[in-house]
Amino acid sequence: MPQRLTKTANEVFAEAMRQINPDVVAAYPITPATEVVQIFSQFVADGKVKTEFVAVESEHSAMSACIGASACGVRTLTGTSSQGLAYMWEMLYIASGLRLPIVMAVVNRALSSPINIHCDHSDTMGARDCGWIQIFSENVQESYDNFLQAVRIAEHQDVRLPVMVTTDGFILSHCLEVVEVLEDETVRKFIGENPERKSILDVENPFTLGALDLQDYYFEHKRQQAEGMKNSLNLIPLIGKEFGDKFGRYYDFAESYKLDDAEIAIVIMGSTAGTAKDVVDQLRDEGKKVGLLKLRVFRPFPANVIQKALENIKVVGIMDRADSVNAISGPLYPEICTSLYDSDKKPLLVDYIYGLGGREVREEDIQLVFSELFNILKTGKTYNLKYIGVRE
Amino acid sequence: MIDIKNLDTYAKNTWCPGCGNFSILNSIKSVISELSGQIPIENFVIVSGIGCHAKIVDYINVNSFYSLHGRAVPAAEGIKIANPRLKVIVFAGDGDAYGEGLEHLIFAAKRNIDITVIVHNNRVYGLTVGQCTPTSPLGFKGKSTPAGTVEIPFNPLHLLLSSGATFIARGYTHGIDLLKDIFKQAVLHKGFSIVDTLQVCVSFYNMYDYYSKRVYTLKDHNIYDYQSALNKIKEWDYNTDSPISLGVFYKKETATFEENIVKNKNDVSGQRNISKIINERQEIIKKILASLT
Ligand SMILES: Cc1ncc(C[n+]2csc(CCOP(=O)(O)OP(=O)(O)O)c2C)c(N)n1
Ligand code: SF4
Ligand SMILES: [Mg+2]
Repeated sequence: MPQRLTKTANEVFAEAMRQINPDVVAAYPITPATEVVQIFSQFVADGKVKTEFVAVESEHSAMSACIGASACGVRTLTGTSSQGLAYMWEMLYIASGLRLPIVMAVVNRALSSPINIHCDHSDTMGARDCGWIQIFSENVQESYDNFLQAVRIAEHQDVRLPVMVTTDGFILSHCLEVVEVLEDETVRKFIGENPERKSILDVENPFTLGALDLQDYYFEHKRQQAEGMKNSLNLIPLIGKEFGDKFGRYYDFAESYKLDDAEIAIVIMGSTAGTAKDVVDQLRDEGKKVGLLKLRVFRPFPANVIQKALENIKVVGIMDRADSVNAISGPLYPEICTSLYDSDKKPLLVDYIYGLGGREVREEDIQLVFSELFNILKTGKTYNLKYIGVRE
Repeated sequence: MIDIKNLDTYAKNTWCPGCGNFSILNSIKSVISELSGQIPIENFVIVSGIGCHAKIVDYINVNSFYSLHGRAVPAAEGIKIANPRLKVIVFAGDGDAYGEGLEHLIFAAKRNIDITVIVHNNRVYGLTVGQCTPTSPLGFKGKSTPAGTVEIPFNPLHLLLSSGATFIARGYTHGIDLLKDIFKQAVLHKGFSIVDTLQVCVSFYNMYDYYSKRVYTLKDHNIYDYQSALNKIKEWDYNTDSPISLGVFYKKETATFEENIVKNKNDVSGQRNISKIINERQEIIKKILASLT
């Protein structure tokens, strides 16, 4: 029987890691992700897992150690946040380029400067083109469920790419929620055995990983990597459905909330989706045709799914919890534009940047967004970007 | 001379009561106050990493730069190179300087750039609440190593001596007069100076008793003799129990990085040199300031 427990996202990440029972974990502490690996290191000390845990001297070393371990064919996990993820950047590309199925918990936190320890998505967004699959979580339950599914996605032979599963710093990482935690045996069966892969520990068939790859083959390898990411488009919903069939919680690229007959909608990722759903409910009670699309998977970007979900909406507000500082928009906006470009029915799109550095997002903020969207619907006049909840 | 009271800031101090960082703060404030008679106060720049130690830049009323975890030293080097007249003092954690950003320390020592690095060596990651660092002893039971570490710490002073540091000292946050004296010598040293300061973290690694029983002040020690310095530095390996010496281990007078740059610039172009550039810049700044008033 699954257990209903009260836990934070950091605690369920650690719990999932215990159940996955990886061979190697290498990590470096950083607020608000420190607890994930700290709780896990207690499991190691108590002999509850078989894991070799390495308390390395930096995040660059953490990812490097994970790469070394994963290259030997063993299951490898880690976790970090913000500057830690930024410092791993060089190695993130190595992990994906070498097709190593490392799974990492990322607790979203703003990037310096100025220094800030609270939630926004700038860290994960900074790593959006590193070739990692990126899955966002709305709540603690999703953080747990996503982490387990990530192992299956990463290790699938058609994909073989690293995955980062994110949760929102402090909002989820440190807040208690009642969650369902599966039995150890159930998890073990769901994730299965670590699949055999060609590894540098295979002494019978020695080979080199990361060898020089110039004009002759580099491009082909990159093309294969792109194919792996494309293949994950097929796999992710299948795993989400299997998870749902087995445990009752279904997952897909995105969740449509009251979108069917909606005229106006917002697209959002992470924990604020919860607040926004409440606002949608209130507006629906007032008879307003509003809805929400919660994007769960940012990489690969599920363009077709987005197009289908949004093409019949008249005005769409895109909620970006990071700024690309490119004088146009945050990172989600252009991806949504791309998804809709091929459709003949193009909704009006507006980008809203919100919640940077942990700035609180209240229902009033979301209400304001909807009222702006209604105004655009009425006047037909739009703009491309607005900052919400900031003094300016 | 600036009165020490004028070095206070309005920032609320959030260190734990009893933390060794208070001694470092008070000692360095008193040194800055004393030296402000000979060095204009605006020429002091303090630079920190990220950690409990780093908050010190909020607590001293001089120019400061709050850098990244591990990156205080290169930021300080940049500041010094841009304006060699500045007195640049770095405050770094042991996680910061000996772990995350160790390479910078080695290279700063190697090039003998004239900055002072004060390491708040509490032998623990304080701000992230108690994990092992490169100087935690073998078997240290921290938050990331509940069963105890399996790694032997390194001796940072031994490493820095081999890297070419020209001033090497150890302080302790108990006994403020000695600490002040060491800081003052370090700040006045021409070249790269490092003070490994045994800073007690009362919350996660309280070593007051341990240190107080073992520390002694270096006497009759020839600070200009490399071999004696090496012997004294090796006396305690940050792991096994032994007497722990405090004071200056080593000092060497030699050209600094900035001096060599200026020399080379003159050699190459025969015209431009750093002080000329600085003078030009200062003229520009004066003009801007004058236009504002
Ligand atoms: C790249 C990066 N990784 C991790 C952190 C999180 N972090 C902040 S302070 C700190 C350790 C502090 O330890 P130390 O340098 O010894 O300073 P202390 O707090 O003990 O003074 C860590 C790991 C960070 N800020 N940046
Ligand atoms: S945690 Fe330790 S180092 Fe940090 S303020 Fe408290 S006593 Fe000082
Ligand atoms: Mg420390």
